Amino acid sequence: MQQKTPIAEQIDLPFIESLRISFQSLKIRFGRSIITTAGITLGIAFLVSVWTNNEIDLALQESGRSSAIASLDETTEQGISTKDIWLIIMSLIVCVVGIANSMLMAVTERFREIGTMKCLGALDGFVVRLFLLESGFQGFAGALIGALIGALGAIVLGLKNYGLDLFFYFPLLPAHPEDGPMQLGLLLLILLGCVLGMILAVIGSSFPAWRAAKLPPAEAMRTEV
Amino acid sequence: MPDVVVKTEDVVKEYRMGSNVLRALDGINIEIERGEYISLMGPSGSGKSTLFNMIGALDRPTEGNVYIDGQNMSQLSQRQIAAFRCHRVGYIFQSYNLLHVRTAHGNVTLPMIFAGIPEKQRNEKAEKLLDMVGLGDRMYHLPDELSGGQRQRVAIARALANDPSIILADEPTANLDTVTGREIIDLIKQLNTEHGVTVISATHDLKMLDVSDRIVDIRDGYVERIRHRDEIEIEVGEVGGE
Repeated sequence: MQQKTPIAEQIDLPFIESLRISFQSLKIRFGRSIITTAGITLGIAFLVSVWTNNEIDLALQESGRSSAIASLDETTEQGISTKDIWLIIMSLIVCVVGIANSMLMAVTERFREIGTMKCLGALDGFVVRLFLLESGFQGFAGALIGALIGALGAIVLGLKNYGLDLFFYFPLLPAHPEDGPMQLGLLLLILLGCVLGMILAVIGSSFPAWRAAKLPPAEAMRTEV
Repeated sequence: MPDVVVKTEDVVKEYRMGSNVLRALDGINIEIERGEYISLMGPSGSGKSTLFNMIGALDRPTEGNVYIDGQNMSQLSQRQIAAFRCHRVGYIFQSYNLLHVRTAHGNVTLPMIFAGIPEKQRNEKAEKLLDMVGLGDRMYHLPDELSGGQRQRVAIARALANDPSIILADEPTANLDTVTGREIIDLIKQLNTEHGVTVISATHDLKMLDVSDRIVDIRDGYVERIRHRDEIEIEVGEVGGE
């Protein structure tokens, strides 16, 4: 055998190759991917429903249509109550922790796979990119579904509380009525939920993937979950 | 002048476990020549797998140096180490380490993807290699649909994908029954004799002994002795129950 030549540098793979591998991985692991994605969906659904619900309450209280309900709810004449702020913060925490946890688990159970890929010549950056792509797809799909479910849930609740008035006073797009606080509008809330879900999913998986990729392969392959 | 392909120089590996330091390798010096079939033998915990990892650039020594083809592995960049793992070495593991999401064919093509080989070429090569290890009819099965022996054959085909000059096998027969283990050993030996591939195998399978050129006995992290094949007398012919 030849090879007394110096060791060359490993090449970078074309993006399309990473895309193909990550898609294939999602497809074959479909059941597991669905569970991870469901974690994202639930977190975002909860968050968006709380936010939307809150926005609906605000919008309709401003319009003076819901004074009866407002007083029941111990809400001040204007603005958000402490309880609402508490609920929004809680929903954000539940969402962050839930998504981070499901992504972390999904990556940790694949440490051996990461080690194996490195044995076959994968660069650290390639491994991270693979997880970035996978979690990006999962994050986007999961968050979109979650945001839609959450928004729908909040609207159904709003209809129950305020009736069809809801559609007159709760805006679709961001609005700033002259005599009231800023309203984010339904579309922006959904968009925010999607972006947040995707960012959380990507961070939640890339960080552990990056850590695993940095490990020597022997150590990554030793890891038992 | 012998053609030395692997050389270790006072290799020490320590693992920290809380406040304890475990010295898994305690100054290993060995030289392996091109085309040799070497078995690293020793009981579990003797350090043979650790040494295997050092030689394969799968882990870094705490002290000392490993030279492959005269190059000091500790001086290579990340990219060079990845290229080294990709092109020069083929790894075979006790637990196969196949990617479960890829078919046998997909597993064999992966190292070639990393090497940047065009799709058509790598598909042909994967088919050829899987044919060679006797899996021509099960190419598109997932690892979970294959038996232990078949999985190890896939791993061997994958190890050969980029025509490495060294095959590193860590207990390749430990999870297999005697007969299947024998077949795997014969296959690895065939690569050694027909293709001139240097084989370095960590094992405590006695069947490995009669195909090895030299046996390095490892005890408690040091080289206890190195035996040449003609120095050992073992009857392994009967082990297989033939």
